[in-house]
Amino acid sequence: MSDAWIVVIVVGLVTIAIKALGPMLLGGKALPPRVTVVVALLAPALLAALVAVNTLGGDHELVVDARLPGVLAAGVAIKLRAPVLVVVVLAALVTATVRVVTQ
Amino acid sequence: MSEPGRGDRTSRDGVRAVAPLAIAVVGFGVSYGVLARAAGMGVLAPIVMSMTTFAGSAQFAAASILGVGGTVASAITAAVLLNARYAPIGVSVAPSLTGTWWSRFLHAQLTVDETWAVAAEGEGRFNPRVLLGAGVTLYAAWIAGTVLGVAFGDVIGDPSRWGLDAAFPALFLALLVPQLRDRRSVEAAVVGAAIALALTPFTPAGIPIIAASAGCLLGLRSRSAARPEERSS
Repeated sequence: MSDAWIVVIVVGLVTIAIKALGPMLLGGKALPPRVTVVVALLAPALLAALVAVNTLGGDHELVVDARLPGVLAAGVAIKLRAPVLVVVVLAALVTATVRVVTQ
Repeated sequence: MSEPGRGDRTSRDGVRAVAPLAIAVVGFGVSYGVLARAAGMGVLAPIVMSMTTFAGSAQFAAASILGVGGTVASAITAAVLLNARYAPIGVSVAPSLTGTWWSRFLHAQLTVDETWAVAAEGEGRFNPRVLLGAGVTLYAAWIAGTVLGVAFGDVIGDPSRWGLDAAFPALFLALLVPQLRDRRSVEAAVVGAAIALALTPFTPAGIPIIAASAGCLLGLRSRSAARPEERSS
């Protein structure tokens, strides 16, 4: 079997298992109240981390590049209560424009 | 089963909520297909990976490691680390998934960053119908993009230069803002982002995100402040 197929099969099986773990073991059962309070904060903590890493993350370094103005423009659009479609398209547009201009 | 308002959302609302992103996901799928093909993964393996792994960052990491001649072990390790965040994410959606085991399994497989975030209703609750609608939409978009990239990558070129990489943090930001209902959630967000950025230069990809989930441990600090404010809308 080729390297690619080994990676595809192993990563696929492990990912399916990781995703299934919580819902298969705990599905439908209410978590203890203290755990619920903690889990409720997982969304803001993880989403903020995803914003930060997807905006500034490089290969083992933090980089300021064309993504930052795009995401800042998105922030302004969110503040102005623009629809999500406008927010996402604006971010891509600003980033693509900055890339063209600075190249 | 849920309160009125956001809890009444249907699977169609889930489709609508991720529709803005579906085009970006097709574009990213094309990028992945192009990269995987160039990395020597062949035609079928990248498509099967999109159907089974269904997690962009892990697939990109695996393909780029294979592309530069990295070992199978390092490609697998990088991809698995990047997907480790789905363990806590799975625990967070588990109480909202009340169906049979196969329905829970299906919902679990469709739970990725974007679908998880649009299905969130606050206070740790998630709408399984929104999760399903959003999940099926993104799954179809991701596979369609991968097929296009693998088949026609040399004709259409790599769309990553179009600014798609900014579309994802923009969406996550748009989903984060409504989550910031009280001081505690703002603190969790700040701590999560700070941990992720602080670790990025020093750890393999994936570790910063999984470590950032420790930000939610702020919930253990004191119980009195834990009551979220009344929802305004």
